[in-house]
Amino acid sequence: MPAQPLELILGRQFMDTLSIPAFLVDTQGNLLFYNEPAEEIFGLRFGETGGMKVEEWATIFTPMDAKGNPLRPEDLPLVKTLTTQVPANGSMFINNLNGERVPISVSAFPIIGRPDRYLGAMAMFWKSEII
Amino acid sequence: MIAKIWGCRGSLPSPGPENIVYGGNTSCIEVSDGETFLILDAGSGIQRLGRFMGPEVKVIHILLTHLHIDHTMGLGFFKPLYHPDVEVHLWGPSASNDSLLSRIRKYFSAPLFPVRLGDLPNHPVIHKLDESEFEIGDFKIKTDYICHPGPTLGYRIQHGDHVIAYMPDHELRLGSTDFPNNPDWTSGFEIAKNADVLFHDGAYSFAEYEKKVGWGHSAVRDTLQFAKLSQVKKLSIFHHEPTNTDEQLDEILRRNLEGKSFDFEIEMCKEGLVYEF
Repeated sequence: MPAQPLELILGRQFMDTLSIPAFLVDTQGNLLFYNEPAEEIFGLRFGETGGMKVEEWATIFTPMDAKGNPLRPEDLPLVKTLTTQVPANGSMFINNLNGERVPISVSAFPIIGRPDRYLGAMAMFWKSEII
Repeated sequence: MIAKIWGCRGSLPSPGPENIVYGGNTSCIEVSDGETFLILDAGSGIQRLGRFMGPEVKVIHILLTHLHIDHTMGLGFFKPLYHPDVEVHLWGPSASNDSLLSRIRKYFSAPLFPVRLGDLPNHPVIHKLDESEFEIGDFKIKTDYICHPGPTLGYRIQHGDHVIAYMPDHELRLGSTDFPNNPDWTSGFEIAKNADVLFHDGAYSFAEYEKKVGWGHSAVRDTLQFAKLSQVKKLSIFHHEPTNTDEQLDEILRRNLEGKSFDFEIEMCKEGLVYEF
């Protein structure tokens, strides 16, 4: 793996200091990092998985609607951001690895470095009581 | 290729009898191969360089890491800039909004300086850089943004099989995950790896660094670890804190090397040193 751009390094450092769950991907959607609060929601430690290809993590953290139907990838905020390079948000359920169905709200935004270098995206999310 | 140090002090020129050994001029390194003439940063050291340059040099490339004043303050006093037969190229980092030219013009304008860029006999040629790879003569140059306040580049300069890496202002701890164990997540690693000589920020003792986290500079202790991680052949510690005397710089290095061994050469950079490859 080539060394990461400064903006992603600093993004990861920033996320590592947060109490709000956060998730970092590259321009292809490959998972680069998620922080400790996100580990609690996913039921999986980042140290156990490391980075993951998009095909891999998309099947581990299954996003669903309120009726339990799988969401189309293009309806996911992070995928919207990766496609359009603009912020997106939404709500959904995920089935985590502890067997729980967790309602979450997600806000995703693109990481665009100097000067207009598109480098990836960051998603912040939190458990929501009602969707 | 030769590299000659004309200034390795950080932040502020610091002349004085207590700074005779390491020198008081701010960042400036001449890099040349006989035909092509590069200058890394235009700190106060560039003034003397300009006085000692031969008349045969007609094209000069000044590569700026960033535009903090200690890296640009010598520009207006660089004699060749006023010579009608000399062509000067200024290379520097792109920012998000303000152009490189506009940012350089801020220095060449009131109230900072009496001469405007447009008053020079030849307007310098401006080249903006980001994550870039390009060639000047036989030099292959790679740049990348590194961790320091404001847009700041590190330079990797290759000539034949030899590599110089230059990161005079770089805060390693903020720009790294799990420092110093994760090269792919360490700012500047691609610039430094396997270099013959790495000129790198080591402005502080660790005690000084702890009071200045976020100011954009590194402790000598971290610089040594970064050089080890990057497997360089030689580390030349740069950007000496202006309040540290020759004696204090020697002591900082001595303490950091005490009881440790490294498989590369280590020195505090000195004004006047010449590296030949």
